[in-house]
Amino acid sequence: MIGIFLTGAFIISGLLFFNRNEFINYALLLIFIVFLSVFGFFEYHHINIREMEFFKPDALGILLLTALCVVSVPVIFHGYRYIEKHNVDETPKSRGLFFGAMVLLISACSVVYLSGHIAVTWIFVEITTLSASALIYHHRNLRALEGVWKYVFICAISITFVYIGILFLSLSLKDAGIEDMSFDSLYANADKLNPFWLKLAFLFIFTGFTAKLGLVPMYTAGIDAKDKAPAPAGALLASVLMNAGFVTIYRMYAVLAPTPLHHWANTVMIIAAVLSIFVAAVYMTRIKNIKRMFAYSGIEHMGLVILGLSAGGIGVYAAILHIILHTLIKPTLFLQFNQVYWVYQSKSIYDVGNYFKYNKAGAIVIFLGFISATAMPPSGMFISEFLIFQSLFEAHYILILLAVLVLLTMIIWGFGSNIFKLLFTPPLSIDETKIPHISSWESLSQYLLLGLAVYLAYDPPAEFVTLLQDAAKLIL
Amino acid sequence: MTDILLIALAMSLLYISIANRLFTYLNILVFQGFILFGVTFLTLTKISTINLMLIMLETIVFKAVAVPWFINYIIKRNGITREAEPYLPNFVSLIIVTFITVATIILSSSIKDPNLDKTFFVVALSTIFTGLYLIVTRKKIITHVIGYIIIENGVFVLSLAVGNEMPMLVNLGIMLDIFASVLILGVFFNRIGDLLKDPDIDHLRNLKD
Repeated sequence: MIGIFLTGAFIISGLLFFNRNEFINYALLLIFIVFLSVFGFFEYHHINIREMEFFKPDALGILLLTALCVVSVPVIFHGYRYIEKHNVDETPKSRGLFFGAMVLLISACSVVYLSGHIAVTWIFVEITTLSASALIYHHRNLRALEGVWKYVFICAISITFVYIGILFLSLSLKDAGIEDMSFDSLYANADKLNPFWLKLAFLFIFTGFTAKLGLVPMYTAGIDAKDKAPAPAGALLASVLMNAGFVTIYRMYAVLAPTPLHHWANTVMIIAAVLSIFVAAVYMTRIKNIKRMFAYSGIEHMGLVILGLSAGGIGVYAAILHIILHTLIKPTLFLQFNQVYWVYQSKSIYDVGNYFKYNKAGAIVIFLGFISATAMPPSGMFISEFLIFQSLFEAHYILILLAVLVLLTMIIWGFGSNIFKLLFTPPLSIDETKIPHISSWESLSQYLLLGLAVYLAYDPPAEFVTLLQDAAKLIL
Repeated sequence: MTDILLIALAMSLLYISIANRLFTYLNILVFQGFILFGVTFLTLTKISTINLMLIMLETIVFKAVAVPWFINYIIKRNGITREAEPYLPNFVSLIIVTFITVATIILSSSIKDPNLDKTFFVVALSTIFTGLYLIVTRKKIITHVIGYIIIENGVFVLSLAVGNEMPMLVNLGIMLDIFASVLILGVFFNRIGDLLKDPDIDHLRNLKD
């Protein structure tokens, strides 16, 4: 099925790219959504069955794939709304490129989740870079060019780092006399691998994938990318693409987990995670660009996820739950930002305000999104974040826990002061006659996503819990 | 013979650290492409002939001819001045690159692994770090691209060290070369040239918080 899916997705993406007819364009997108859902459904029922030698849909892959299927529908719909609204700048060619790249990005990410071989993962991560850069450069101006240049350059270096990591991994396999580089063979032979090379391999692969996951040291490219990409594309970059980085780091970490290097890997990951939360806290307390603020909030959450992983125990379970809830919640903020931009025609916090007056349904989404993203109680992320803190406490990382709590308080303060300015303070100068009327229906998808996040955290269906436990078993 | 070629590659790094003009950089890229062609031929003795020919074709056509030619074309078309414009004096650069090489030699001598070919390891690592150093200390965007291509050359040397056992990895490395260079050079540099007459990193400093 993966072969059929890939072929179909490439064909649809190619047709979208060359097609100039509006009706065919949207018909193709509809076909892709159906195709993606069928694919997700099929893989869910063929869990842990190896396909085409290199792919194996394990529990984590299935979870992330399902989240991707759920998120892609509103993202593609709002992509359509985005293109409709910006009609003056859009040509059939730019529309085709936009949706072609989006379809390619979604398909490449879904294959990364299911890949059971480090080299295959690497190839599809390259394809995500290619398609993401087409999305970032959608507006073809100097700022977008700067964003895309930085993104491509940093991703090129990160991909080189991962490649160096794979080479070191192969040296480590060579000592053990193993040729198969699939994750299954790595898990089975973890104790035979040469620890020195394995250490180097993990270091390089981890550093390389931080560009996708959004952690220190390579998070910078992702921030500019999410800022410059159109908001629906930003929603993809801030959720499914970050998951693609996570899934690979998770699988590499699972190789190290049963070896004596486990403790060392934890130290590396904790340093990166705490630094990421620190960076997010520093920027979010003084940031004035709403979209970049959402992007930095993603950096903070990825830091928490990696902290949960390295704390172990219940933390692993919480980390996976957290990343799934994050996949549902972060796109709502980006999709709602689209409407904020329609009202104020600006990203700067100085130009916006009183959003309740201009778009009530949207303002409530922003408010609920803020509560969800800062993990305050009715939010689903409260559960996962609380479990992560619990695991840090149980693993005796008390000082780290305290530092993280202080940083999170700063983040909530910075995030909150900007969000409340957007919602309640009247803007300095605004021409109310130019503000378009925005239908409440535009916000419906965001309510559904936020509601789903609450439902999954507080009353999870049994299948969901089983999948989470299976995914966590890889490390525990 | 392989050792001589690899040492020549390491020496070219010292030369690039003091090079002043962009065309010297390009000549060094061509030189490195030919060295890699030779090293591939001498090292990969155990893989199939077709695969070997593919890899050698890539080194000669892509690394030694196409990429330098294309960068040359960009430089001419956009009228980029020929100075490399380093932030640090050349003498300091020379010392730092020497230091990088010595440090990798010390590092590799601390590794006790019979499977590791030390010459490959030392040359590869010093090439990678010199490439990173060039990216950090040069002002023009085009020198950043050249620095990246030097990193790729280093990675290619490293992949040759395991090439006989795992030819798939060398092929992956070739994919990396082609993919990243085409993406970086082909798609964007053209556009950067159109929008910015003098491609200088200072023009790309507007995205802030």
